[in-house]
Amino acid sequence: MIVADRKPLTEILKMIEAEKKILIVGCKGCVTVCNTGGLKEVEILAASLGIARKKENSALTIDTTIIERQCDNEYVAQLSETVNDYDAVLSMACGVGPQFLSEAYPDQKFFPAVNTTFYGGAVAHGIWEERCAGCGTCIIHDFEGLCPIARCAKSLLHGPCGGSSQTKCEINPDTQCIWDLIVSKKMELGKLDDLLGVRELRDWRSARDGGPRRSIREELTQ
Amino acid sequence: MRLSYPSEIKVLQVPCTGRVDILHLLKAIEDGADGVYVAGCLEGECHYLTGNIKTKKKVTYVKQLLEEIGMEPDRVEMYNLSSAQGGRFAEIAREMTEKIRQLGPTPIKN
Repeated sequence: MIVADRKPLTEILKMIEAEKKILIVGCKGCVTVCNTGGLKEVEILAASLGIARKKENSALTIDTTIIERQCDNEYVAQLSETVNDYDAVLSMACGVGPQFLSEAYPDQKFFPAVNTTFYGGAVAHGIWEERCAGCGTCIIHDFEGLCPIARCAKSLLHGPCGGSSQTKCEINPDTQCIWDLIVSKKMELGKLDDLLGVRELRDWRSARDGGPRRSIREELTQ
Repeated sequence: MRLSYPSEIKVLQVPCTGRVDILHLLKAIEDGADGVYVAGCLEGECHYLTGNIKTKKKVTYVKQLLEEIGMEPDRVEMYNLSSAQGGRFAEIAREMTEKIRQLGPTPIKN
């Protein structure tokens, strides 16, 4: 899923300081699963902003809603009757949400209430970790299911580097060196020789380096 | 025991403090409560194992939210006591009331 974190309340309050009536829109997709922009978090944000503005004696009317996904126009269209009744709209979806909303309703102001961080999963309750970099050319099968692109700080394909120490990465003592894990797993499986080969230069155009990407599935287009 | 505690306190019963939600605490503050506290079982003695521990984290989260928006985090508190400690319940009620009195009325204007 796409993982996000709520922006600091001070930053959100600054965005909407001139507004008197706002709508907060949640998303039932990834941000609900990572407990950042689901119905509960929308209500918590509404209550927090409400308290902050009442404290300053600057009343703010806040309505809340949630749609199935902010990254699908058919769901975004569900807001058409109400979205222009507000001074501004806060989106609690990933960065895709406020963009789809802005494109669908050009007369309205949309603000992102979250910072979108990475593609990952929950490793424990309340803890998410990055697992995918969306590089466009998946090679995890060569590394026993461990992605060196997303999980190595340098995205090395011939690791580990000299910064690997006691299984940890030099960037942070809490960060696992993924190359340490890859080598350990290959040794365990008796497949260490797999790592002796030299990989061809990687074409990074399939990743962000090639510019904004687009996926067209002819069988689905209308 | 017929113990008395400050009449300003409104008691809301829940089956376990684990049921207390971040939103319950925030809504109370938003609606104008001067302070809110959760009186849970002693740590390690929750009938549902970790209800009080979970809510302790929720209380900490609400304190952080209040701090972020420039409100005194001490307006929200978590206490632990057993259901047999009537005396402690009254003492906590007095303690919290006194703390809130020192902070003054809520800055929230409804």
